Amino acid sequence: MTTAVESEPGAKPGPARSGLVAVSRAPWWVRYALLVAGLAVALWLPNGLYPAVAVDILCWALLAVSVDLLLGFTGLMSFGHAAFWGTSAYLAGIAAIKAGLPFPVAVLTGALGAAVIALPIGYLAVKRTGIYFAMVTLAFAQMIYYVANKWGSVTGGENGLQAVPRELGGLDLSDEYYFYYAALPIALLGLWAAWRIVNSPFGRVLVGIRDNPARARALGYPVHRYKLTAFVLSAFLAGLGGGLFAMGHQFVSLDVLHWTTSGKAVIVVVLGGIGTLWGGVLGAALLVRLEDWLSFSGFEQIGLVTGTIFVLAVLLFRRGIWGTAVDLVRRWQARRGRTED
Amino acid sequence: MTGFLQHTFDGLVNGAFYALLALGLAVIFGMLRVVNFAHGAFYMLGAMGAYVLLAEFGVPFWWALVIMPVVLGVLGMALERAFVHRLARLDPLYNFLLTFGLVLILQDLVKSRYGVQSIPYATPESLGGSVDLGIFDFPTYRVFVLGFAVAICVAVWWALTHSRVGMVVRAATERPELTRAFGINVGRWVTPVFGFGIALAGLAGVLAAPMRAVNPLMGADLIIVVFAVVVIGGLGSIFGSVAAGFGIGLIQAWGVVYLADWPILSQTLVFIVMAAVLLWRPAGLFGREEAPA
Repeated sequence: MTTAVESEPGAKPGPARSGLVAVSRAPWWVRYALLVAGLAVALWLPNGLYPAVAVDILCWALLAVSVDLLLGFTGLMSFGHAAFWGTSAYLAGIAAIKAGLPFPVAVLTGALGAAVIALPIGYLAVKRTGIYFAMVTLAFAQMIYYVANKWGSVTGGENGLQAVPRELGGLDLSDEYYFYYAALPIALLGLWAAWRIVNSPFGRVLVGIRDNPARARALGYPVHRYKLTAFVLSAFLAGLGGGLFAMGHQFVSLDVLHWTTSGKAVIVVVLGGIGTLWGGVLGAALLVRLEDWLSFSGFEQIGLVTGTIFVLAVLLFRRGIWGTAVDLVRRWQARRGRTED
Repeated sequence: MTGFLQHTFDGLVNGAFYALLALGLAVIFGMLRVVNFAHGAFYMLGAMGAYVLLAEFGVPFWWALVIMPVVLGVLGMALERAFVHRLARLDPLYNFLLTFGLVLILQDLVKSRYGVQSIPYATPESLGGSVDLGIFDFPTYRVFVLGFAVAICVAVWWALTHSRVGMVVRAATERPELTRAFGINVGRWVTPVFGFGIALAGLAGVLAAPMRAVNPLMGADLIIVVFAVVVIGGLGSIFGSVAAGFGIGLIQAWGVVYLADWPILSQTLVFIVMAAVLLWRPAGLFGREEAPA
């Protein structure tokens, strides 16, 4: 809105033109080492944590990445991603209960449904930018929440959807441990898709729109349509997470559509590092683990702890975990460069 | 006909709460470019505070109506100095997130002390009963709330147009750089204006205590509706925010009655209106088009 704000270095949300580019510029062996390490952790996860927590981490990782796709790479802060996460959770649950679909198909149904409702919401929301975009998406998500609450014949109202089956070709997935490994490929596909989008020509245009919408428009890019496409893709990814979440818990309640879910998704991205994609995965893992640990140790004021962490992260740690790590590596390299000279 | 008038009156009373909250949001936004997510939480603190004052110190409603806005206004100023100020030069989204974190903290603090059950708060005796306004009887307290809220809105309007502070606030709202260039110390007014906006939210909370369920979550859902209200009115426009507040109150009240067969529709009217406004006038009914971003 005011140019003074934008000229402040690093003031805009986003990687300040560094995060992603820096990772891409890292030597190939670093990137492969990170990839292998990430996959190893993903495969090991349910052995080190409760499998149910590990499944939650997968779901929240998808949600975080979907939010970062908009916030970090398109410059749009959606504060309403619970709408897509929750819609997909309900749809996937209903598809599994009523139609008895195998769980990956149910999750896909949910994610497609999320993308469909993202179309009108996104169409209206991309008419505004900045803080207004956040308020508009938040309001529409609340609308979906009210609809789900009132439409009890479909959503079960306050009771939610109970006993959601998760079925896959006669395999026994009732154990969370095995379900994790059944869900992992879907989550990895979603994360890969996000990475692919960000590193495609389409993704470069999105970053261009984030950094200078007026110039992107002047170059002939239909800015609104690009934003809308990104919004729908992001909703689909959030829907993948939400659908898996429904399958993981075998239960869907109104919580999945609540505004706190939307807000937490954004904060997870800030915590991990805006515009770093993988930072959001780390942020999600940390938050899920922390909330589980707090509720396990019988601490009831979870919001007090998460809220404090959010406030501190926004005040003191805006680069996030991934952003800080990249920064440290870069500084170390610069120093080494100097001593070698 | 009487039925219609009664719903209209109830709609205006509900609209008065939207208007007071939207007014505070708009004043803060105008001066700081901050959208205060915690506005609903301060409304809740106003109501809870009125309850605590009465239950634990025997302080009556009328004193609460003075004490809580002052206390919360001071708390708001402290928050502005301690946190909001630090993020002022960054993208406004950071302050939105900061205040979101504050909501979680404030809600849980109150919850841990008073639980989530709704607490009854008696209507002050002098405002009990009902008044006959010719057509039918209105509950006195609601008439008072409506009159009081309108008076506050008019007073703020007058202060903005007739006082020196108001001129600075309006000038800083419209052209922050130019106002500074004229040698006006805009920064001096930032903290008091933030506190004032919070005080308005606290005032609305005290007013709500005798007629609404008082609980730690009472502000959370309300603030999202108020966000829709300010998108409809245009957040940059103080008049627009207040007008949209009353307007949405009316539309909701009529919707509950005349769309009773479609509860899903009547519950979501405000968001449908917001969608229509975004289609027709994206900047809001009274807002100006943002500089192309």
